[in-house]
Amino acid sequence: MIAVALWSVAVLLALAPAGIALSTRPRGSFVLYAACLIVTMTLCVTGALHLLDPAHPPSTATLPVGLPWLGAHFRLDALSAFFLVVVNLGGAAASLFALGYGSHEESPGRVLPFYPAYLAGMNTVVLANDAFSFLVAWEFMSLTSWALVVSHHRDSENVRAGYVYLLMASFGTLALLLAFGVLANGAGYDFDAIRAAHPSAAAAGVVVILVLLGAGSKVGLVPLHAWLPLAHPAAPSHVSGLMSGVMTKVAVYGFVRIVFDLLPEPVWWWSMVVLLVGGPTATLGVLYALMQRDIKRVLAYSTIENIGIVFTGLGLALAFKAEGLDWVAALAFTAAMLHVFNHALFKSLLFFGAGAVLGSTGERDMEKLGGLIHRMPKTAFAVLVGCVAISALPPFNGFVSEWLTFQAILLSPQLPSWGLKLIIPAVGGLLALAAAFAAACFVRLYGVSFLGRPRSDVAASAHETDRFSLAAMFALAALCLLAGIVPGLLIDALAPVSHAMVGNVMPHQTGLEWLTIVPIAESRSSYNGLLVFLFVALSGTAAASAIHRLASDRVRRAPAWDCGFPDPNPAIQYSASGFSQPIRRVFGSVIFAAREIGEMPPPSSPRPARLTVVVRDLIWEALYAPIATVIGWATERINVLQFLTIRRYLTLVFSALIVLLVVVAL
Amino acid sequence: MSSLQFDIAHLLAGSLVLASFVMLYQDRLYSLLNVYALHASVLALSVAWQAYVQKAPHLYVTASIALIFKAIIIPVALHRIIARLGIHRELEKVIGVGMTMMAGIALVALSMVVMLRVTPGADALAREDLAFALSVVLLGLLVMVTRRNAVSQVVGFMSLENGLVLAATGAKGMPLVVEISVAFSVLIAFIVIGIFLFRIRERFDSVDVQALDRFRGERR
Repeated sequence: MIAVALWSVAVLLALAPAGIALSTRPRGSFVLYAACLIVTMTLCVTGALHLLDPAHPPSTATLPVGLPWLGAHFRLDALSAFFLVVVNLGGAAASLFALGYGSHEESPGRVLPFYPAYLAGMNTVVLANDAFSFLVAWEFMSLTSWALVVSHHRDSENVRAGYVYLLMASFGTLALLLAFGVLANGAGYDFDAIRAAHPSAAAAGVVVILVLLGAGSKVGLVPLHAWLPLAHPAAPSHVSGLMSGVMTKVAVYGFVRIVFDLLPEPVWWWSMVVLLVGGPTATLGVLYALMQRDIKRVLAYSTIENIGIVFTGLGLALAFKAEGLDWVAALAFTAAMLHVFNHALFKSLLFFGAGAVLGSTGERDMEKLGGLIHRMPKTAFAVLVGCVAISALPPFNGFVSEWLTFQAILLSPQLPSWGLKLIIPAVGGLLALAAAFAAACFVRLYGVSFLGRPRSDVAASAHETDRFSLAAMFALAALCLLAGIVPGLLIDALAPVSHAMVGNVMPHQTGLEWLTIVPIAESRSSYNGLLVFLFVALSGTAAASAIHRLASDRVRRAPAWDCGFPDPNPAIQYSASGFSQPIRRVFGSVIFAAREIGEMPPPSSPRPARLTVVVRDLIWEALYAPIATVIGWATERINVLQFLTIRRYLTLVFSALIVLLVVVAL
Repeated sequence: MSSLQFDIAHLLAGSLVLASFVMLYQDRLYSLLNVYALHASVLALSVAWQAYVQKAPHLYVTASIALIFKAIIIPVALHRIIARLGIHRELEKVIGVGMTMMAGIALVALSMVVMLRVTPGADALAREDLAFALSVVLLGLLVMVTRRNAVSQVVGFMSLENGLVLAATGAKGMPLVVEISVAFSVLIAFIVIGIFLFRIRERFDSVDVQALDRFRGERR
């Protein structure tokens, strides 16, 4: 098993230099993406086979590379297998999408070599079984994705995004490095050795905080999120899909691997920290998303929201496990993993949709789109499925994982600790708010971009995208529906992961009639995706046909030559800013210090009236800007060292030598 | 090794340190060069003595390289460079002779302490040799740091390199190839620095490195 996985990773690595050669060929990108598609499918099947076979022991391998006395250890267990499926499902979908989308690439030489290397990096992180391989693979993944972010380097904003990303990625790796340093104290770098060691409670707490910083900076937990909405949209769209849908999941993997697997039994305050970060991340992420006009940026902020939901689930699992309620911990953990899987599906789908729109119109600003449902009907349908799924509406998959998370939250009164008893319902409230905002956010995204009339010429002249892109989007849309109708299969497949990480599993689901799922017991609550789907489909069809029959037949009177539109100007349509204005007025004035400046020209002046909206990112101003100022100030001072005289350099070297010798002598 | 052989090796290495001290307070370029030639000759003697004591004939090659290149060719070439640059009358301000000498004594003491501490297992000759060699290296660096003239900085660098050769021969068994390559690298460094000297002078009419600093707009 592990051999297949490692060989596939090796093939991906070998494809990277091949990408350089292929980038100059006319069909080069097609060949490369096809090869990536095959390899990622192989990896995906490998992971799935391992996950579905309950008797499978973890398979390990050691390669003679890396640190000389350590080697590189790799291991495929239930958790790795699950994330292998997530990573490569996303990777395969992105490769399929890129079969068509990649041919529009202006400079394929900047994308093709890094794309397979990036996939290889993410797979290696998931497979690594010692700290050194893990960190090297992690950094490799960061660097290759950075190269992809700055692939369109003519745009100065992309370069800035790449710079901020690189800084945050280095910070994250540093935090993880320190975390492994604390873990390896007395145990070594092999994960098996770390697992067997028993760090002190204080050391374990430090590791949790460091991992939260390290993995959190990669997934965009508030307040470490600032780079994410800059960097994810800057990459080519299939890579954006990978970064948002898949790479954030790899970081979740890192968190789960260290906190649930490598560390000993959790302590209650760990969950407190995770919950207090996760809940606000969900709400703030989607509030940010509601303020944006750029489609890809909306999607990137929505990633932050979904990561908040996942981390809330993980925090709940920690809380219940620390208090000895294993069976609820299994529920919360399974919900978080299910959301990881679901988010990888629909976020990739939505980014591909944004890529199709971008490829066809060249526009990312939704205020300049509109009416695309008539020009790109198939894309519009696939994106609609993605929007419904991410808004957590039944019968799609987003609902299942969020519902399961809420089921776990509803069990919080059983916790003995008062702090958690008070805080979990508050976090639940934040999550509910986030879910409602997410629905508003995607109604806005879909309504403004795809419905109505085109707001610009490019939107009016849009055309349907190619068949490979459509195939990728429809495959993901079908998976979203499937995962929503038969979640029981997924929950059962996740049982070995849950068993390995929290020591208990959710009730067995597949034996229940009508594909029902029950989180705890049938007497308490249950959900049936299939029945909801049938009901939605039947009632929807019935309502549509009734309206068509009864309403369309009526004779209506309207002004002549008007076609039902009293004013032909598309600017009178509901705009994206208009849609989010109520939410901005209620929440934005505090959270974003949003202000509206209305400017009315005096009577008799021909100038138009103007309304300017100022939205500030307070976290950026309060946290990042001061740090940047301090670092800038310090580097200005240190910069003097760059311009010393030769003699002073010699003196510096000399005194350093003397100081070292004195240290030796003493 | 008889105690006489040991004492002579000790004496020669000590004279090298002494020559370094002499170099520290030379404020005329020609006399600095003469001391450097003396320095290199003492090195050649010391290496030859090591060759005799250790019965290692290849060290004679090292000694002759030191004698021919360092004691003759390089000083003569530098003499001619100084004459062509017309700076043989320039007086160089060494930062307070007394201070420099004190610093030099401190450095020698430091290198003694360091070496005696870190090499308790090595044999006595190697220990003494290493301690002297480290002193020569540090004194060479001190020469470089206290000088402003590019030529005297070059001389400081060369004397530093002499310390390295002393250390290597004392430690028994440095292969000849390494010695030859070290000798050639020094020669090449000498050529490169010589070319630079002329370039600097063409540009600034001086080989005082302060001119470079002024050119870069630096304050002192």
